[in-house]
Amino acid sequence: MDDRIDNKRRRFLTKITAAAWAVGGTVAAFPFIRSMTPSERAKAAGAPVVIDISRLEPGQMIKEEWRGKPVWIVRRTDDMLQKLAGLAEKLADPDSERSEQPVYAKNVHRSLQPEVLVLIGVCTHLGCSPITNFAIGPASGLGDDWPGGFFCPCHGSKFDLSGRVYKNLPAPTNLVVPPYKFLTATIILVGDDDGGAA
Amino acid sequence: MVRLLNWLDDRFPIRKLWDEHLAKYYAPKNFNFWFYFGSLAILVFVLQISTGIFLTMHYKPSSEHAFASVEYIMRDVPWGWLLRYMHSVGASAFFIVIYLHMFRALLYGSHRAPREFVWLLGCIMYVLLMAESFMGYLLPWGNLSYWGAQVIISLFTAIPWVGDAVAEWLRGDYVVSDATLNRFFAFHVALIPLVLTGLVVIHILALHAVGSNNPDGIEIKKHKNEDGVPIDGIPFHPYYTVKDLFGAVVFLILFLGVVFFAPELFGLFLERANFEPANLLKTPSDIVPLWYFTPFYSILRAVTYPLFGIDAKFWGVIAMGLSIVLFFFLPWLDRSPVKSIRYRGWMYKTALTLFVISFLILGYLGMRNPQNTDLFLFSNLVWAQIFFFVYFGFFVLMPWYTKWDKTKPEPDRVTFK
Repeated sequence: MDDRIDNKRRRFLTKITAAAWAVGGTVAAFPFIRSMTPSERAKAAGAPVVIDISRLEPGQMIKEEWRGKPVWIVRRTDDMLQKLAGLAEKLADPDSERSEQPVYAKNVHRSLQPEVLVLIGVCTHLGCSPITNFAIGPASGLGDDWPGGFFCPCHGSKFDLSGRVYKNLPAPTNLVVPPYKFLTATIILVGDDDGGAA
Repeated sequence: MVRLLNWLDDRFPIRKLWDEHLAKYYAPKNFNFWFYFGSLAILVFVLQISTGIFLTMHYKPSSEHAFASVEYIMRDVPWGWLLRYMHSVGASAFFIVIYLHMFRALLYGSHRAPREFVWLLGCIMYVLLMAESFMGYLLPWGNLSYWGAQVIISLFTAIPWVGDAVAEWLRGDYVVSDATLNRFFAFHVALIPLVLTGLVVIHILALHAVGSNNPDGIEIKKHKNEDGVPIDGIPFHPYYTVKDLFGAVVFLILFLGVVFFAPELFGLFLERANFEPANLLKTPSDIVPLWYFTPFYSILRAVTYPLFGIDAKFWGVIAMGLSIVLFFFLPWLDRSPVKSIRYRGWMYKTALTLFVISFLILGYLGMRNPQNTDLFLFSNLVWAQIFFFVYFGFFVLMPWYTKWDKTKPEPDRVTFK
């Protein structure tokens, strides 16, 4: 037997052993990392919810829950809807170009039916739940020209009654509109819109 | 006894370790008050681990039972209130001790060559400590726990493209939920304490390899006697073990004073909104992190202008990250020929003072509503933006002001002041 050390062979073996471990390690990491993604149960809990709005009065709001997030439904009055049009200059994204909503809600009232507003009640800044402030003017405590809307207590972002964010505030985009459809005139399904066809 | 020790020493280098790290580890003889905080940090760490282990015997990491199990610990478990208050006050005490420990480094240049690696390890441990306390804060499943976690995890959504997926992966759900609570528990009681323990050992090994700094910022290893022992060094044991035991007694008097008489410290150590169970439909009127995070929280909120067509939110997160990452670079940002504040000129003294003031004021502002005017003249937001620049100025301008600063000559041997 030749007892000289073949360094070339030794280095080669070291390298392929290291490579095999690197590949194996990466593959082995996959199930561990993947185990932290939402489980089947969590996904199932994210199923659509049915909301009855037959008893929702104009100018009022109800809060429901979908995927653990608050869903707001507001039946807006004509007066509220009229004020929306004149706000464009004060808003960061008045036409909802950069915001998240189904195509049928990419309009000034951000909804299927103008009066019924459906929003995810989670601030697009850091996920707080904004509070409603439908009072108008000085009574709101948010300035004399406040037309009613939502105010995030965490970092001060303000939203109008379509969930559109005001300029130069921390929230980057308008409040998210979830996919939804009307099952009847007064029953809404939140979480499913037949792929936006509704 | 001696025979038992001999038997052990033949099989494990117990005497060698004892000598290397205690009986023959020579530390400078001129340590002052500021050198208590390293050993105090170890003391608090041990307290947190011990109280933590006993808390896990009664705590239930599930969204359904967590809040009630904490109440159970407080009311029904014998001495449970003490364990829980020691643990919650211990978290704040940990940060107080660590902030003073880090401030000591800035005073006497302990972070500079040849101790950069000790400093880097310390910075990593500081970041891990923040993760540890943040995850621990979710466990009681109070309303502020819940919304605090919601806000902090949402920070990850600022990462372009993959942000939402990363946040979902961290939560294990579409919102902070039972899955999130369970994994935070695993990280809080197993992963992070395990890593921290290892890093503490390496931190001390690295320190003992290069030797301790001292208030003069000079190296005692320059002058050794014929046995190779630094002339200005004294054995750590018994000299500093006794000194540190004294410090620990004073610390424990203060610590237990808070534990017994003001465990919530008026809402500062345990926030009022957290005495209400988590409610995912109701955000507390003010989401405020615990006091030790508020300087960074202020920095996050201070950024309100979009830049280069990217949202302010993204830049806020970047600024907050940078405000912590910059600590890692301090040993290289500092160009002064001297290490200790005793021999530095007015520039570094002013910069350090301004930095401490900005840290404290940003910390205060982080607890207040940004729209209010709690100081004078400007709103809290504007003040936070002003001190944002003071804070970053300390780091960014450091290579220049430390170089221009007029220093005094360092002494050859350590001094007592």
